[in-house]
Amino acid sequence: MSQTADPYGAQAHARAMAGTRVEAMPTVPAAADDAGGPVVWEETVAAGGYASRRIARGTRLRLVDLHGDACASVLLFNAENPVERLNVADTLKVQWNGYLGAGKLLLSDMGRAMASILEDTAGTHDAFCGASSAASNARRYGEGTNYGPHPSARDRFMLGVAKHGLGRKDVHPCINLFKGVRIAPDGTTVPEVGPFAPGRHVLLRAEMELVVVLANCAHVLDPRESWSVTPLRATAWRGPVAAQDDPVRNATPEAARAFLNTEDYYLR
Amino acid sequence: MASLAPLPGAIVHDEVVPARAPWLHRVKRGETLRIVDLEGNQAVDFLVYAAADDAERYCAQTTIAAQGSIYLKAGAALLSNEGRPMMTITATSVDYHDTIGGACSCESNTLRYGHHTKSQHACVDNFLDANARAGRGKRDMVSNINFFMNVPVEGDGALGIVDGISAPGLTVDLRAEMDVDVVVSNCPQVNNPCNGFNPTPVRMIVYAPETVAA
Repeated sequence: MSQTADPYGAQAHARAMAGTRVEAMPTVPAAADDAGGPVVWEETVAAGGYASRRIARGTRLRLVDLHGDACASVLLFNAENPVERLNVADTLKVQWNGYLGAGKLLLSDMGRAMASILEDTAGTHDAFCGASSAASNARRYGEGTNYGPHPSARDRFMLGVAKHGLGRKDVHPCINLFKGVRIAPDGTTVPEVGPFAPGRHVLLRAEMELVVVLANCAHVLDPRESWSVTPLRATAWRGPVAAQDDPVRNATPEAARAFLNTEDYYLR
Repeated sequence: MASLAPLPGAIVHDEVVPARAPWLHRVKRGETLRIVDLEGNQAVDFLVYAAADDAERYCAQTTIAAQGSIYLKAGAALLSNEGRPMMTITATSVDYHDTIGGACSCESNTLRYGHHTKSQHACVDNFLDANARAGRGKRDMVSNINFFMNVPVEGDGALGIVDGISAPGLTVDLRAEMDVDVVVSNCPQVNNPCNGFNPTPVRMIVYAPETVAA
């Protein structure tokens, strides 16, 4: 007779799995020996996986490209009012630059600083090409469903936002961290997809109460025939909000006004 | 530069959108929308939603990734967030158009120019106004196209809205590949050169297909 033929056997079978560790999983309770403060989130997102999480204003969120082939596609929402979200066009236009990196801000569509990029050891990011879709993955890999081996960033996002009560209409233009796209003088997109050295990281500071949605799928411009992506580590810890003399805040007049708008929003 | 010759099909709609105004129009599959930059260098902020399911809408990033360029030129397929062609730029008398600069808003104007611009009219408010008539709201705002607007990117990533390359009477023609709602803000911005610091009217002409399929 099968071990799982009755509820008692099935229960024993299920409980015998307790304590299993795999690479891509959350650590609960959250813990990390290399964080900069009290840890509130520790999770390794699978290749092709996704995660979504609410984090508080001031929280530091470190993303690590563990093996050099992660693609951290990111959506950001104001957790208190998710109709306010990351606006990629404003992020570039207001900062007069198309390339993300240390010292840059991620701006909301309400003219507020949502997050600051405090550290960046990667230098290859993309604010132009967005998320892969089931259609683009089907064209490149023959298949692109959420239940198959080549899920798309867009469909991962759809699941991630759904868990915060949001839907297809809320999957807004994203940024891709760790996979880069540069713009040639004639406007051509030039992908920089690696693979890169393991362990590159980006450290963000939440400037608002945020819902962060991550998808970790092959970049839409990845020219490799095989669907290539490796796990992504996310670690978040509590931290203070940006000080008045914060260097990111004071780097440009536009940044200073973005922080003023964020602080104005939290006057309550 | 001369404008293009009239298109062959019958004109089914012809309207001048006033300076600073929103515009919403259903364009059926096979119809061609011609936008005329009547007085030159007037940014036309442009969004597209699938009539059958408006959760499917124009996606600037998908369009850029698929064509491998940030510039929209003749022949460009305007793709949806699901990767389907919504409209095609069948012809244009301007070399290229922008789709990375997004729309101006009251809020982003406070960052770009100062809080004294908060009360000025802006494209996002036009988009919200037009979309509200079709039951859409703020969550339906995504990165748009800016016809007749010029946003170059330099080698170090520096980018910005600079003097335009359009002129009076220049046009862009868009053939609908599915039934779509076109939502336009005839940009009211007066703080940068996207409208030559002087918002002006644009003309919208919709042509039926030359021959109707049986």
